[in-house]
Amino acid sequence: MKLTVWTYEGPPHIGAMRVATGMKGLHYVLHAPQGDTYADLLFTMIERRDHRPPVTYTTFQARDLGSDTADLFKQSCRDAYERFKPEAIIVGASCTAELIQDDPGGLAETMGLPIPVIPLELPSYQRKENFGCDETFFQLVRALAKPMERTARISCNIIGPTGLGFRHRDDVQELTALLYDIGVEVNVVAPMGATPTDLTRLGAAHFNVLLYPETAEAAARYMQRELGQPYTKNVPIGVGATRDFIAEVAEMTGITPDVDESRLRLPWWSKSVDSTYLTGKRVFVFGDGTHVRAATRVAREEMGFEVVGIGCYNREMARDIRGLAREIGVEALITDDYLEVEQTIEALAPEMILGTQMERHIGKRLGIPCAVISAPVHVQDFPARYSPQVGFEGANVLFDTWIHPLVMGLEEHLLAMFREDFEFHDAAGPSHHGGHAPKAIHAEEPEVEQTPVAANDDNVIWLAPAEKELKKIPFFVRGKAKRNTEKYAAERGVHEISVDTLYEAKAHYAR
Amino acid sequence: MNDMTPSKGCRDVPVLKERGQREVFCGLTGIIWLHRKMQDAFFLVVGSRTCAHLLQSAAGVMIFAEPRFGTAILEEKDLAGLADAHEELDREVARLLSRRPDIKQLFLVGSCPSEVIKLDLARAAERLTQVHFPDVRVLNYSGSGIETTFTQGEDAALAAMVPVLAKSDERQLLVVGALPDVVEDQALGLLEQIGVTPVRVLPAKRAIDEHGIGENTVFALTQPFLGDTHAALERRGARHIPAPFPFGEHGTTAWLKAIAAEFGIDESVVDRVTEAPRARARKAIATQAAELQGKSIFFFPDSQLEIPLARFVTTECGMNAVEIGTPFLHQGLVGPDLDLIAKGPVISEGQDVDLQLDRALAARPDITVCGLGLANPLEAHGLTTKWAIELVFTPVHFYEQAGDLAGLFSRPLRRKELLKGMPNRLEAAE
Repeated sequence: MKLTVWTYEGPPHIGAMRVATGMKGLHYVLHAPQGDTYADLLFTMIERRDHRPPVTYTTFQARDLGSDTADLFKQSCRDAYERFKPEAIIVGASCTAELIQDDPGGLAETMGLPIPVIPLELPSYQRKENFGCDETFFQLVRALAKPMERTARISCNIIGPTGLGFRHRDDVQELTALLYDIGVEVNVVAPMGATPTDLTRLGAAHFNVLLYPETAEAAARYMQRELGQPYTKNVPIGVGATRDFIAEVAEMTGITPDVDESRLRLPWWSKSVDSTYLTGKRVFVFGDGTHVRAATRVAREEMGFEVVGIGCYNREMARDIRGLAREIGVEALITDDYLEVEQTIEALAPEMILGTQMERHIGKRLGIPCAVISAPVHVQDFPARYSPQVGFEGANVLFDTWIHPLVMGLEEHLLAMFREDFEFHDAAGPSHHGGHAPKAIHAEEPEVEQTPVAANDDNVIWLAPAEKELKKIPFFVRGKAKRNTEKYAAERGVHEISVDTLYEAKAHYAR
Repeated sequence: MNDMTPSKGCRDVPVLKERGQREVFCGLTGIIWLHRKMQDAFFLVVGSRTCAHLLQSAAGVMIFAEPRFGTAILEEKDLAGLADAHEELDREVARLLSRRPDIKQLFLVGSCPSEVIKLDLARAAERLTQVHFPDVRVLNYSGSGIETTFTQGEDAALAAMVPVLAKSDERQLLVVGALPDVVEDQALGLLEQIGVTPVRVLPAKRAIDEHGIGENTVFALTQPFLGDTHAALERRGARHIPAPFPFGEHGTTAWLKAIAAEFGIDESVVDRVTEAPRARARKAIATQAAELQGKSIFFFPDSQLEIPLARFVTTECGMNAVEIGTPFLHQGLVGPDLDLIAKGPVISEGQDVDLQLDRALAARPDITVCGLGLANPLEAHGLTTKWAIELVFTPVHFYEQAGDLAGLFSRPLRRKELLKGMPNRLEAAE
């Protein structure tokens, strides 16, 4: 038993719903109590879909438990087939139905429906949403995809995008255009937009583009094994990763790509002098493994940030992210406990967070700017405008999205120069965000004789003048200055931090 | 009140009872507002990842000032041995209470999985009360989706509090139902001016504010979904004052007059005290009602507020109800409202969502009140919808909110009118 307040991932049947809702002509019959129907709103409200997810819930109640919930399931299955006439049905149980052990798969098989019925085993008490996506798509592919003749021209499938994914809609569009540019046709995009019939054509592609390992890696491996289709290992998020992806596709297919980079702006935007202030900004990166890996590279190599910590909430990617952390010399945080993430961020005191909606809230609490790079999603993560993450346009979007929360360069200097200006003070936040209120002129704190404050357990204390000086440092670097000074003092056996210690430490750590 | 009673109300019309797929929240959802209302209470759901995900999704915006609720997520090993599950629960509770010394009442909230595995939370609550007495009172109720629908969670929570209230022989009025603070203050203000005293509320903001109850207690409900609480209070000897629910000018006046009559206070006193707020409510409703007059409305079952709200929009805003669906029809509670609704609409209880959608699409009502899962899909069919959940989360009771309540129905119509020159491109939502 584990006490949880907020979760990064839903239960695995939500993953199955993401696959079913992303597809067309597929129906999901879910053995579940009525409360589980809340999941519809994820798609109709958060993603603003204009139709109900193709899901029939059995909505059994307590009084049904004594009698025959299995019959209820079969009835729901029959009704769903009659009403929606899908090309295929997936069947499964949510957490509660798993406990009553009706075996939806077995029941559905005996019904003799004239369409493929694919049973799902999604262990609700062990696994989570991403596993649900991955496993559901894998089972669909296993049931429907068969070896077949390849297309005459070089083609690929794009696999991984689902309903309720982080920018999946626009990523597919950008990637399709990029592949077309380099001379590769897209055979099937799946699950998003595909019908079960489309899945039977997966085998015609020459290779697979695994866009999101979280949701389609099992299917990619299966197709490699059974259909002889290799799959790409690079996820093209960021300039470097996109170029690597193109090189990988070229090698896989033998084509010589002629890539049009004329719309790629990130490199110059990043090199132009107004971006100098981004240099060495300390960022913490957290999200799903794929997006964290990509964001880490972009942050270091393309924005010139310093990555001070990385982590992911999906254990399936733990090894990968630990490896990456070792490579860049930071700690990896693998957890789905948001309190732990918050503690880590507090301790690292980064100047910026690249995270999820959860970290955005953590950032709000701690006064640290945050840009969202990964699911879990929020209604704001479904923008009306075109906003991909992958490819060259995706790189442009990353640049804009990441610098938006920051205080801009010259503004940062002005804040540092005139620290006590009543309207233009650091707690007001970046001026381009609005909502920054003038500080009340009378809010001057009364000068009281302060007892020195214990800094940490090393018995280092801050003398009052040094503490006052510390407060003049802009808030976005104050945490770092404080920590560096304390570390500097502790290492030298200095027990009292004076203004001099503060500036000696500053000189010591100057970069 | 006779002037507003149609000769034939809906109390005796046959009810369409349906048992098919339901599209409703479970009772856990009530925690979203209860944990704000009761400031020293913590709601610990004993359930699955789905429960946690529901609370997070239903809350919509995350309340990152650490919310006073959480989910103890059952794992594989908890399912294997119930004894261990109890031990685990004790450990999690101890950890929680040591971290949050401000918590004075802890609700262990049962869920679908905890009920199916028969995890006895009543026993756990007794055991934990002994451990943590007198600092913390531990109660339990079920918010599971196999037992409760949406607002029934609040009912179950309040019903669980009734048996532990002290005994009191004082003649008093108990106002029952979690209301937003501003609305509760208005209600208490009106009752005080009318001369009803003393008045207590359930739930109180803090455990320490609670009063005893007994045979001299009479109670008035502010929410129509409090059937179990009603029964629990009657078991303690308290007596219910039946009345229409306090929505709009008429509903509020009828509710206050029923209470005044119980306390032997003349109607004229109520008339005098409420004259100014009644006029304000009338005026505020009239502005919105101009847009609602003659429009048709269809209620999907959601919160059990449907019948009192249908009473309000038909008798005070001039709308025509096509169908009034409710997850559960408690005649003893909503009977007075049913009396006031003119015959005509279908009254339905329970749900078969696909059939009900067929009826709504055939009837093409001007407004459809429905849950979040159905709203956008119905809008895509050209219907105008009102999310039912907003009617639960917004201050809508009593005179000063009457205009806001009518506004919740008129705003979607006004919006549709504003945007009518712009056809949808629905494929964009894919």
